[in-house]
Order: sequence, then structure tokens, then C-alpha cells
Amino acid sequence: MAAKTLTIDGKEVSAAEGATILEAASDAGITLPTLCHLEGVYDVGACRMCLVEIAGTPKLLPACTTQVSEGMNVTTTSERLQQYRKMILELLFAERNHVCAVCVANGHCELQTLAYRQGMDHVRYDYCFPKWDVDITHPLYGMDHNRCILCTRCVRVCWHIEGAGTKNVAGRGAKAQIITDLFQPWGESDTCTNCGKCVMSCPTGALFYRGATVGEMERDRSKLEFIVTAREKKQWIP
Amino acid sequence: MDLNELLQIKEKELAAQKPHTLRCCMAAGCMSSNSQAVKDGLEKAVADAGLSNQVEVRGVGCMKLCCQGPLVQADPAGALYERVTPPDAASIVGTLLGGATHVGKGDPHDPFFTKQLSIVLANSGVVDPERIESYLAADGYTGLHEVLHEMTPKDVVEGLVKSGLRGRGGAGFPTGLKWGTVAKSPGEKKYVICNADEGDPGAFMDRSVLESDPHSVLEGMAIAAYAVGADQGFIYVRAEYPLAISRLQTAIRQAKQMGLLGSAIFESPFNFNIDIRIGAGAFVCGEETALMASVEGKRGTPRPRPPFPAESGLWGCPTLINNVETFANVPAIIRRGADWFASIGTEKSKGTKVFALAGKIKNTGLIEVPMGTRLRDIVEQMGGGAPDGGRIKAVQTGGPSGGCIPADALDTPVDYESLTKLGSIMGSGGMIVMDQTTNMVEIARFFMEFCMDESCGKCIPCRAGTVQMHHLLTKIIERKATLRDLAKLEELCDMVKHTSLCGLGQTAPNPTVSTLRFFRHEYLELLQPDTHGPHGNGAVTQPPVPA
Ligand SMILES: Cc1cc2nc3c(=O)[nH]c(=O)nc-3n(C[C@H](O)[C@H](O)[C@H](O)COP(=O)(O)O)c2cc1C
Ligand code: SF4
Ligand code: SF4
Ligand code: FES
Repeated sequence: MAAKTLTIDGKEVSAAEGATILEAASDAGITLPTLCHLEGVYDVGACRMCLVEIAGTPKLLPACTTQVSEGMNVTTTSERLQQYRKMILELLFAERNHVCAVCVANGHCELQTLAYRQGMDHVRYDYCFPKWDVDITHPLYGMDHNRCILCTRCVRVCWHIEGAGTKNVAGRGAKAQIITDLFQPWGESDTCTNCGKCVMSCPTGALFYRGATVGEMERDRSKLEFIVTAREKKQWIP
Repeated sequence: MDLNELLQIKEKELAAQKPHTLRCCMAAGCMSSNSQAVKDGLEKAVADAGLSNQVEVRGVGCMKLCCQGPLVQADPAGALYERVTPPDAASIVGTLLGGATHVGKGDPHDPFFTKQLSIVLANSGVVDPERIESYLAADGYTGLHEVLHEMTPKDVVEGLVKSGLRGRGGAGFPTGLKWGTVAKSPGEKKYVICNADEGDPGAFMDRSVLESDPHSVLEGMAIAAYAVGADQGFIYVRAEYPLAISRLQTAIRQAKQMGLLGSAIFESPFNFNIDIRIGAGAFVCGEETALMASVEGKRGTPRPRPPFPAESGLWGCPTLINNVETFANVPAIIRRGADWFASIGTEKSKGTKVFALAGKIKNTGLIEVPMGTRLRDIVEQMGGGAPDGGRIKAVQTGGPSGGCIPADALDTPVDYESLTKLGSIMGSGGMIVMDQTTNMVEIARFFMEFCMDESCGKCIPCRAGTVQMHHLLTKIIERKATLRDLAKLEELCDMVKHTSLCGLGQTAPNPTVSTLRFFRHEYLELLQPDTHGPHGNGAVTQPPVPA
């Protein structure tokens, strides 16, 4: 496979053809803020946290879905990008009820961590305070829609790693939400295999193990990685 | 079917023409005011008067002056009858025997009609959309024949490039270039899609074309399929257009029966089938990548481009997607030549554009004008200006992705570049006229509400940003906002425009930005002094809770 040479933040970087800017940056030790990206499942470019500037391209493009090309000149941090990222985070915090102090994921939340890292110290937009449900009909797991950022990681993991196809998105715009099967309570799902991969994938406190209380929701991604690596390297095929 | 048979059908159809024709509009606009009963009445009156051999009553597509419907036009006399009711039928038929009628007549020499130049709508209001013979009599499918027997796919693409045709779906992408890219994309299987999702509020051009002249779209698609090497086409129509769907079904069936669609078309090796896919009423499904997801049976949400559909579209295959009006231009370009088409319009915008003229204006309906026509000519001469002595304040083009052009810029020619320079866009052809009673902040909020409701929710800037922008606009309208809120609104407009995933979010701020540009004082008049100190938030309010 042909290698491509490009510049990321002034640094000469080489990457395999077909690699994304996000992969190339990460290989070069440059970390980009991401929310919807998850190792092991395909990318959707939805959260817009990883937007980068590419010289000669008028539009900002998501690093997670844009492939590298020869001679590309990428800027991953500029004042403008940082400002946009902060605003996106503010929008998320205003959109649903992210009350960190009483959240199961407090201290282990990717949204919270990103907000710290991007210097989002307050939210300038009026909070929406929507009334969302908590689904605790499943014997092992719970779903708190108040904390969901609609990154669809759980949906992709459920369809493409587990292959169960239980999780989905219904509705649109601000009314969009994650559902199980045909909008049934999770506990009544016929397709859920109780594998828990969605819970492992969730960046916030939206999906949790039942019984977890404030700050206890730590996730073990190693199982996801283990399966994906085994599959990609065909480790289980004799 | 070969060319001889085609010409025979045409001759037969022309020879069967009766001395008089009463054309009765059977498009959705007039049908909603009972034109079916008018047509039935005319047929009965003709039979009662014993004129069945003399007079044909023909159901036709849109006759353009929709506000005066139901419309009936008499040939060859040319009289145009307006607001016809079923009891009027007998007296209209009576005029053919020298009688008089009290039915109101329109003036076919009004600028509304005389300033139009019909290419896309040439058959609209003339041919019977439910009979393929009627389209054949108007030289239908001869363009397809010419392409299949006298041109290589490359010639067709080159012709389209030379014609200068640009996409009529909104963005104005050069059609020939797009066809060339799909033609060159490697792949055994390719698709052609006609985008008939038409979701802009106030727009009904595409619906009219499909209801009035469905075969021109089918022929355009077949020519495109030959040019790019596709054998399967889809028309994606919104479910709210049942009449367009049924006319399309009829047209596809008739074209198949005649061998103008299907296998070995015109006895050539070219095969092409067209299927209809019905959209469930989401505006975002007009966006090409969302539309393709929907055709594949998935949730209709956009995906990042590149890859563009021309390289990887339906089921990963190279796919050509064009708008209804774009395809409807194609047969004429083939028949009459690229040079002819390129001679119409401006340097960079060729041909004509169809607009749905609506709002505070006397003549509402469909108009087709050469590119480069001044907005003033459209609204003042053709549209007849504001009704009841009103004063035109602004013209909105491009719907929720467009902007408001103030009255003092009415001398702007209608072409892609000029409208963009004014912060609006050509869009798909909705044109809404506003008078002095219109509050521009309300307009901005109306379109923002539309975008907020229609956002698919996939990306955060559009999903959550439209909610906050809508909330800030509401706050301004309710006189609860301060200068700080206005600054927040402008900052959000910039961010949502530059960070959203698809065109919906990227253009959602446009109506707000353009009204802020030309009517800023209307915003400022509504603002309150900031009473909450330098870090205050203004009045404490709450955005609407989604149900
Ligand atoms: C939110 C959104 C809605 C759209 N709706 C339509 C539509 O209803 N009809 C249409 O032809 N194009 C629509 N488009 C544009 C299409 O994505 C695409 O550009 C167009 O169909 C290409 O055809 P053209 O090159 O012939 O214009 C829409 C785009 C966006 C972003
Ligand atoms: S539940 Fe978690 S993983 Fe699923 S969409 Fe919401 S935030 Fe993302
Ligand atoms: S811009 Fe809006 S409509 Fe487009 S993908 Fe994002 S949320 Fe969906
Ligand atoms: S991580 Fe790239 S858009 Fe979300």
C-alpha cells in the first residue's frame, strides 16, 4: 500500500493510503478531541469535535472520516477551531441534563474530560432542561436519556460488533433518541443478548450497569478491543 | 419501437386533432379547486351540444397562473378562462358556437405570460400528462432516439458541458461535469437518481413538472443513464405528492409498453428501468446522501462527503443524482442543441429557471424566465406587484437555505452568482414576496423553526445549535433579549454554518444572517438594555422542551 506524506500542525507525517487524518495524527502523537469516534467501529463524523482545517479546502472536515492525501496540510488547533469546539460542548451541556455531581460517570466521563480540556468553564446558552426518561427495565443495564449525547456509539457497537441490532435512533432533531428494538422498554427486547457492549462503548453516564452509583461507572473497553482485534487479525479462524 | 413507429404515432396523434381543444388544468393546484368536475362538465357540455367530433376536452398540466384556477384555455381562439366552476362549462362550450359567456377571462398577453420563456414547462398545460401519445406528438423521446443512435456517451456528456446547464436542485453544480465524473468512475453497476423530494416551504416547481410533463423527466433520466452507463434509475418523490406519483407510475408503465424504457430501448443494446421510491416527508431526505440512505432502506441521515455519490453512492456504486428540473431540461438540450441552450441566460447561468411565485403578490403561480431576468421584472411586471396598494419590502429566495433580498436590490439579475453575492441563493425555485407588514425577525424565526424541526439530529451543531438560535430569535421577538444575546446569535450562526455536517445545518443560519444584514434595525428595535451586569445573561428564560 502506498504511503502518503502530509503535514499536520507543521509536522511531517507519513500515513498509509486510506488512513484517516485522525489515525495519521494519532500515530504522530497528536491528540484530537473526539466524541463519536470509537476504535473498532466505523466512523460517522457526527460530533464535529475533530474538525480540522485543510489548506486549500474551504470547508472544515472531520479528521475521523477524511482520508489523508499526498501533500495535505492539516491544522488541528487554531483559535477558531478551539472556539467552535468549546461552543459545541456548551451546546451539548445546555441540550440535556448533564449534572455531573450526581452522575454515575462523574470522573470517568469523556464529555466531562473534554470540557475540562477545552477550557469550557461555563455554559453561555440557556439550559433546555428537557424531561427525558430513564429506562431501568433491563435486569443488568440502565439507560438515562438525560445524559445521552447521541453519538450513536452504542448503536454501531450493537449492530457491527455484537450483530444484535437492538439499539437504534428514532425521531429527529432535538427529539432524536436512542431506542431498543421497535421503541420498546429495554427489558422487553427480544434481540438484546445482554452482552453489555453498548454500556462499554458509551462516553457519558447515559448507559450504565445497574447498581452503579455516583462516580462508579468505569468502563472496560478492553473487551471491545479484544473482539475487534481478534476479528481483524482473524485470530479465531484456524 | 424504432424511429418510424415513433413518428407514425406522432402523425396519428396530430391527425386526430379536432378543430377545437379545451385544455383544462389537471394539476394539483386547480384540482384542489375542483377542476376534475369542471373537466367532466366540459365533456358533458360538448357531448350535449353534439360537438364531440369538433372539440377535444384535454386534461393538461399546470397553466401557471395558479391563483386564478381552475383554468381552462380554448384553442385555437386562445381565450383563457379563470376560476371556472362546473356550471360554467356549458357557456364556455357555447362560445365555440358563437355564444357569449360571463366567465371571467384572463389576458394571455399579460406580462405574466409574455415574459415567460418555456423550456422546462414547454409541455406544461399543453400535453396530456396521462397519455404518452400526447408527449410523442410534441417530439417526445426523439432526443433519446438521437442519443442512442447518433451519439456516444462521451458526446452526450460533452454536449451537456457545452450547454452550460447547472443543477436546479439548489447548489447549481455544473451538470455536464457531474455526468462526466459518474461516467468516468469505475464500476459495473451505476445508478441514476431523480431528486423529487422538494421540501422547501412554498416551492412546487418539481411537483408541477412531474404532474404536467412526467415523460420529459423520464426521457432526461434515460439520456443521463446512457451517458453515464447506468441501467437502473430511481425517482425519489415525497409522499405528499400523490398525484405526481400516480402520473409517474402511469408514465413509466406507458413508456415500458412502448419499449421506451426497459430492455433494448429503440432496438439498441441500452437497457434502463426506473423505479419510484416514496419519501416519508423529511426535508433532510432531499439531501443527496440522506436520500440514498433512504432508498437503501436505512434511516435518512446525511453522511460526510467525500466520497461524493458520483464515486460512491447507492450501495457503494457510482451514482448520478440530479433534480427534477435539471432532468427536464435535458431532452430539449439534445433536440435543439447545446449552442441554442447556451445562448439563453447569462455568462455563467444558462437557460431558464422555474420559480414558484408566492406571498404578498398579485399573480401567484409558476413562472419560467431566462436566467438573468431582473427580480424587479419578475415581481413588479409579471407578479403585478403587491396587492391592495402594498409596498414590496423584500423577496425571499432559496427557502430555509436562502435569504431575503431587500426591495432596493430588486434590480439584481436572477443568476447563481448575483443571488449568492446578496447572501441568498438561487435555491430550488421558491420565491416569496414580502410587503411592508412583514416582520423580518419573524421571518428569520420561521425558517429557523423549520430547520430546527427538520434537523435529522445527527450532528451536534445543527441539532442543538438550531434550538439555541431559535430560542434567541424568540427571545428577541418577545423583547427579552439584549445586545449580548444578539452577539451570541451571530456567533452561533457562524459556528453552525461552518461546523454542520450537511447542507441543512450549513445553510440554516442564512435567513437570519441575511435579515441581520439588510434589516438589522428591526432586530435592534426589539432589544432591551442589559440590566444584569457585565456577565449577566439578560432575562432568564428557557428554550422549549422537546416533547
Ligand atoms: C437539506 C437539503 C435538502 C435538499 N432538498 C433537495 C430537494 O428537495 N430537491 C433537490 O433536487 N435537491 C435537494 N437538495 C440538493 C441535493 O442534495 C443535491 O444537491 C441535488 O439533488 C443535486 O441535483 P442538481 O445537481 O440537479 O441540482 C437538498 C440539499 C440539502 C442540503
Ligand atoms: S447512549 Fe451513550 S453511546 Fe449511546 S448515543 Fe447516547 S451517549 Fe452515545
Ligand atoms: S446538519 Fe443537521 S440535518 Fe445535516 S447531518 Fe447535521 S443534524 Fe443532520
Ligand atoms: S470524532 Fe470525528 S466527528 Fe466525532
